[in-house]
Amino acid sequence: MKDQRPVVILIFIFLVSVILLAKLFTIQVLDDSFMKRAERNAIQRIVDHPYRGLVYDRTGKLMVFNNPIFDLMVVPKEFKVGDTTRFCQLFKISKEQLIEGYNAAKNYSRVKPSPLIKQISTTDFARIQDFLVDYPGLFIMTRSVRSYPTPTAAHALGYIGEISAGQLERDTLKYYSQGDYVGLSGLERYYENELRGKKGVKYKMVNVRGVDKGPFKDGEYDTASIAGKNITSTIDLDLQRYGEMLMNGKTGSVVAIEPKTGEILAMISAPFYDPNELTGAEFSKTYRRLNGDKAKPLFNRPIMAMYPPGSIFKIVQSLIGLQEGILTPNTTLSCNRSLVACHNHPNPVNLFGAIRNSCNPYYHQAYRMIINQGISSNTFKDTEIGLNAWREKVLKFGLGGSLGVDMFGEKGGDIPSSKLYDRIYGSGRWKYSTIYSLSIGQGEMQVTPLQMANLAAIFANKGYYYTPHLVKEIDGDPTLIPGKFQIRHDVGVDAHHFDLIQDAMAEALYGTANRAVIKDLVIAGKTGTAQNPHGEDHSVFIAFAPKDDPKIAIAVYVENAGWGGRAAASTASLMIEKYIKGEISRPALQEYVLAGNFN
Amino acid sequence: MRESDIHINRVDWIAVSIYFALVIIGWFNIYAAVYDSQVEKSIFDFSINSGKQLVWIGTAIALITIIMVADYRFFENLSLIIYGVFMLILIVTPFLGKEVNGQTLSIGFGDFRIQPGEFAKFATALALAKVMERPTFDLSKKNYQFIAFGVLFIPIALILLQPDTGTAMVYFSFLLMFYREGLPQWYFGLGLGMVTITLLALGIDNNLYLALAIVLLTAALIFLGKRTWQRILAFSLIGIGLIAYTYSIDFVVSKLPPHQQNRIMVLFNPDIDPLGVGWNVTQSKIAIGSGGLLGKGYLEGTQTKFDFVPEQHTDFIFCTLGEEFGWVGSLVVIGLFVGLLYRLVIMAERQKTRFSRIYGYGVISILLFHFMINIAMTIGLFPVVGIPLPFFSYGGSSLWSFTVLLFIFIKFDSSRATQLGRIS
Repeated sequence: MKDQRPVVILIFIFLVSVILLAKLFTIQVLDDSFMKRAERNAIQRIVDHPYRGLVYDRTGKLMVFNNPIFDLMVVPKEFKVGDTTRFCQLFKISKEQLIEGYNAAKNYSRVKPSPLIKQISTTDFARIQDFLVDYPGLFIMTRSVRSYPTPTAAHALGYIGEISAGQLERDTLKYYSQGDYVGLSGLERYYENELRGKKGVKYKMVNVRGVDKGPFKDGEYDTASIAGKNITSTIDLDLQRYGEMLMNGKTGSVVAIEPKTGEILAMISAPFYDPNELTGAEFSKTYRRLNGDKAKPLFNRPIMAMYPPGSIFKIVQSLIGLQEGILTPNTTLSCNRSLVACHNHPNPVNLFGAIRNSCNPYYHQAYRMIINQGISSNTFKDTEIGLNAWREKVLKFGLGGSLGVDMFGEKGGDIPSSKLYDRIYGSGRWKYSTIYSLSIGQGEMQVTPLQMANLAAIFANKGYYYTPHLVKEIDGDPTLIPGKFQIRHDVGVDAHHFDLIQDAMAEALYGTANRAVIKDLVIAGKTGTAQNPHGEDHSVFIAFAPKDDPKIAIAVYVENAGWGGRAAASTASLMIEKYIKGEISRPALQEYVLAGNFN
Repeated sequence: MRESDIHINRVDWIAVSIYFALVIIGWFNIYAAVYDSQVEKSIFDFSINSGKQLVWIGTAIALITIIMVADYRFFENLSLIIYGVFMLILIVTPFLGKEVNGQTLSIGFGDFRIQPGEFAKFATALALAKVMERPTFDLSKKNYQFIAFGVLFIPIALILLQPDTGTAMVYFSFLLMFYREGLPQWYFGLGLGMVTITLLALGIDNNLYLALAIVLLTAALIFLGKRTWQRILAFSLIGIGLIAYTYSIDFVVSKLPPHQQNRIMVLFNPDIDPLGVGWNVTQSKIAIGSGGLLGKGYLEGTQTKFDFVPEQHTDFIFCTLGEEFGWVGSLVVIGLFVGLLYRLVIMAERQKTRFSRIYGYGVISILLFHFMINIAMTIGLFPVVGIPLPFFSYGGSSLWSFTVLLFIFIKFDSSRATQLGRIS
């Protein structure tokens, strides 16, 4: 009996070892969850945020850059202040600030860094740098915020902000993470993928208290970040600033386009704001203020505001009539004010005279000829066929749908089809007398200021346009801009039909917009008035210049400023002079616009 | 000193080699546990634990030399006096020692401190060997059992006063020695039964199920055997006793200090409080579990190196090994321990005197207990008790006491040819 006991003891020893080794095999070899938990424990994934791309204007002037902000960080455990008075002098803070900051840092963690002094200026940073070595446990952390050397073009450039939960959800490629900054409007949003660059990743090891213990595997798995691409905008910074100066204190839009390319030279939405305010720590505060402002400074009027085109639309009617062969330069019609109201001008008028004098009854009659061509003997049916055929032609002018500018939120305006009237009056229960307002750009039609500027470009180009856009080059390469901005759109009207139009527009300036006339620079323009049921009408003017070799096409909207010949035409004329001549020869006119008293 | 006292050629070199292998592997692991790639310090740097451990190893070798040149009769003849001296030291420790975390474990001057509880192990082994060596000593008889347990319970009681539950538990390992020396088997049957019921009572939330199981089992045993009234009465009483014991466990546990309660509860559910009580076990398992089959490589471990595992250079030193050398490394070290224990059983069984055999089993008992419980606690098979891994863990007291414990036996073994055959 007793002799078996050593054997029992040996068996017990082996049994214990087998149990231990079996358990070890389970957690070490079979179960890999411990390996993952070990990685989560000790390896920190640190995202290396790339430098966001810069934005330049068309002449190479810097518009947007990344402004470094320096925070002085402290690691309380390592920090030794020595002489506090000297320290406070060097770092320009009070003793109370030092004690408060230090205690806050210590309460957060003794071994992890926290900010001691936030947002040190570049000059202070340069000064402080030399003293830093004397103070263990202090270091500078650099962040960057978007900055605008010239506070202009806020709406076009847009702003960046922290990514929203919804955006994160839609980010199927899982590029973004919580807290990332993304473009939220304007260029910043549209060209987010180009501007953002590519994030890099660094893996570093940390101990149980989160203290940095150097790179993991000597950085074998680290990837460097790639800086975002720089963007050259089509905006002319000087013109943009000048336009904002003119529009200051008013409500409205100015859009200037280079006709031959569709490049947007200036895009002003008034009232505007200083883009520098919508950055960094001030973002939320400023955003709340702007969002609550009754004047809606965040509303991007050039692409979002919609108005009836008014008299300016008569030019489109003329072109469609000419191309159809329904109108000729010799088509003469009487100014029959029983049809629609008009003002005093020679009577009757031919097409040239009709444009020059903006004759309402002329277009009432001409539009009827375009709509009711007698295709159906049923006048209701005939009107429906005519309206829809006419609409197709109007859409080719870039109206009735968004143009596709490189900004989000662009509205398309509205050119009505038979469906709209069927819905309002019932099918077969409306005819020309129902829709005649369309003849003079009133009624159920709406356009945006951008579409109006594009219309001016079409008149300048004699029948084609490039989709207006804000970006000229990406990374210095003009071919990298989206392909849709390099496609020519023809409006389906022969070029020779535009000669009469251009002449009439140039002539019209003397009749309706004398203020816009510039010596030795021929401007072709057309006034308009967008009816405003809520108050004073909106002043509208489109133009291009020089007439023989157009360099700029422009649309100006000044809300509640009455007739187009005053506020809008004056502003447009000054913009054109500024762009083409580089200087203003008519200080009085400039004063008139700046004063803003148009009625 | 007589020439015949040193028997170099009779020293069991297998046991000695395994001892040095464990000490050296342990030393390398202690370096890995404190290694910091940013502050590269040599393994010999005396400002870090591996350098200090080298001092402990050096002094341990000096102790070995002293033991080997001494006369084996010295330990045998003075065993009761050595025991007495250490019991006295244990008595005065709570009064003279330094209090750390409510425990008074060590005495000494300045930085030189020893833990008497560690050294009392070999003294107790010697004393037990001494009292049990007489040919008439029979553990199956009550009065001898009383003497043996008496010698054992004195140090247990004194260490519990410090209080150091972990070290006190180690002394129960001498039951293995008692088993070898003839303690009746039903003690172990009862012990095993109690342990099983204890574990079940702690692991099962509702003791009613356990009580029900005991009733059914008792009823079945009564039904299956002879149904005499004495037997029915005896089984019923045992059943009632067991149920009473079941319900007493929760009561006893609730009376334990909170940190000991938690150590027990964490064993059954390590996720109770992963950042608090469960931290040690969770982090220890993560460190070992992340080692995989072959480990992360020497000095490449992240969990132990970056302090995720507390006490990693002492009681949790096995984590460093498991993380950096994986299952294969664990296999090698466990293999070394099993090899040493196997060798010690062989050696104990070849002793000519009852004294040295009993002492040998004392050594086996203590080493086996430490090895088993220490590794089991690092992988969550046993509650966290603060006992070191023999020869591996950092610390002078621990290394010295295990070295003295082991080498006294190696000395006895090497001198066995000159011992008189008194074995019974």
